Amino acid sequence: MNQLQKAIAKAHRNDRTAKILITACGVCMALVPILIGLFLFYRGTDTFTLFHHSLTEFLFSGEWNPGDTAEGGGKVGAAMFITGSLAVCLLSLILTLPFSMAAAIFMTEIATPKARRLLQPAIELFTGIPSVVYGFVGLTVLIPFLKSIFPMPFSFSLLAAGIVLAIMIFPTITTMSADALAAVPKSWREASYGLGATRWETIAHVVIPAAKGGIATGIILGLARAMGEALAVAMVIGQMKVFPKSLFLPASTLTTAISADMGGAMEGGEYNAGLWTMALLLFLLSFAFIFLIHYINDLSTLKGEKK
Amino acid sequence: MALTTTTYGYTKEHSGEARPVSADAAAADSGSLTFEIKHMDLFYGDHHALKDVSMDVRTHEITALIGPSGCGKSTFLKSLNRMNDLVENCRITGDIRFEGKDIFREVDLLALRTRVGMVFQQPTPFPKSIFENVAYGPRLQGISNKGQLSEIVEQSLRQAACWDEMKDRLNQSALGLSGGQQQRLCIARTLAARPSVILMDEPTSALDPISTQKIEDLALELKEKYTIIIVTHNMQQAKRISDKTAFFLLGELIEFDDTVKMFTDPSNPKTEEYITGRFG
Repeated sequence: MNQLQKAIAKAHRNDRTAKILITACGVCMALVPILIGLFLFYRGTDTFTLFHHSLTEFLFSGEWNPGDTAEGGGKVGAAMFITGSLAVCLLSLILTLPFSMAAAIFMTEIATPKARRLLQPAIELFTGIPSVVYGFVGLTVLIPFLKSIFPMPFSFSLLAAGIVLAIMIFPTITTMSADALAAVPKSWREASYGLGATRWETIAHVVIPAAKGGIATGIILGLARAMGEALAVAMVIGQMKVFPKSLFLPASTLTTAISADMGGAMEGGEYNAGLWTMALLLFLLSFAFIFLIHYINDLSTLKGEKK
Repeated sequence: MALTTTTYGYTKEHSGEARPVSADAAAADSGSLTFEIKHMDLFYGDHHALKDVSMDVRTHEITALIGPSGCGKSTFLKSLNRMNDLVENCRITGDIRFEGKDIFREVDLLALRTRVGMVFQQPTPFPKSIFENVAYGPRLQGISNKGQLSEIVEQSLRQAACWDEMKDRLNQSALGLSGGQQQRLCIARTLAARPSVILMDEPTSALDPISTQKIEDLALELKEKYTIIIVTHNMQQAKRISDKTAFFLLGELIEFDDTVKMFTDPSNPKTEEYITGRFG
């Protein structure tokens, strides 16, 4: 075998090895979430199969008093955690959306390239801050502040959790929206200016509508993050097992309920099963969010960027 | 002429005091000259992109701007409705008058762009319905009455020769149209804003020959009501449709004359070289 043939044989060997290794990694990547899903399904359905609770009870009943034994017989109604999660998510979204949109528009349409270079990493830095830091700052700064301006019976509240979450999801929504706005072709902006539109008219009537798919994706990703955040929320929401009746009262969410009680609940007990069911619900929700994102993207590519 | 005796005050970067109206502009009998450009220079940063260009554009004529790539013809066109304002580091000196008024100081920018419409090289329909594309300009001008909008949309689509093929799909996305249809839609959209001038920046360079012919026919029809300035890299196109032709080379206006004269008896040897295809 001459040198060239050897080199070629070796190259083929390396190519095969690389292919096998990379495929293995890919399979693992796909396998891990599937296995987690299966495990959650396996543990999360005990509530319904082993302890004979109905799905309606779990989703819509506010009675949360599961027995911490393998016999069960308690009440497994997670509605207050579900509504708590929804309330906190919506609140954070409402609080953050105006700022996110304004920041994204400022970054892409108004800021000079120099200012953009400064803003981009500043906003990305938000995502890198650990959630315990957000919670800690919320606990020490936000809570006393809120108590000083609103007459609140407890310091901890839904509002505090909403504000902390709003700050946490701000960078996600802002960067995704800014990317979507920046991707709108310059030719559309020029065409709009050419018809006598101002910059604001162009942004409002051409740029934002054209970017709405990407903006929606950013909002859903932000919601998913808000839905899944446990630590920072747990630190400021008060974790009272009640329905979220007021902005100024404590509440609980799916994540805070799981994290608060998972250590104490007996393995194999009804309480434990109820918590796993909530975990399964969170998993299914993020699954739904991902599907929604893909659906929106398909929708906007269908009628949008044909070229 | 007063121009030869008075020192010609260059205007600096769109600012400075308003110059007294030149004798020429005052003498221009209204309606006959749409644009008067005098001693216009344009810089992109340090790059001197247009050099001492002077040209008059007559009303209800088609003026073609020709020349090799990078000669400044598109840049010149985009100065007429101040699209170059969007370009950073772009600086214009000299005098550009639209209907006798200085476009930088005497005409509102939005009003100018409404009166001087533009059709781009690539068709640029918005990702909206056909109807909403055409209604975009009128809506900006504050027209929100549905009946009135429908009327303008129909009229504009008819004028741009698209009504018959688009009337049954007004609510469908404009992005589903073919390239040629999209370009005619863009012309309709421009017309709907009720301009008096239409600037066309190589409007057919992205289109097939049949669509090109349709746009050319359209331009000839529209000339009855509008003043058209068209940039084209296609000399045959300039010859077919334009009344006047301007030949640009390396940022200079080499020759500007009647199209027939330019293509049969050019006075500058460079023009002759270009139109006979010896370079460019």
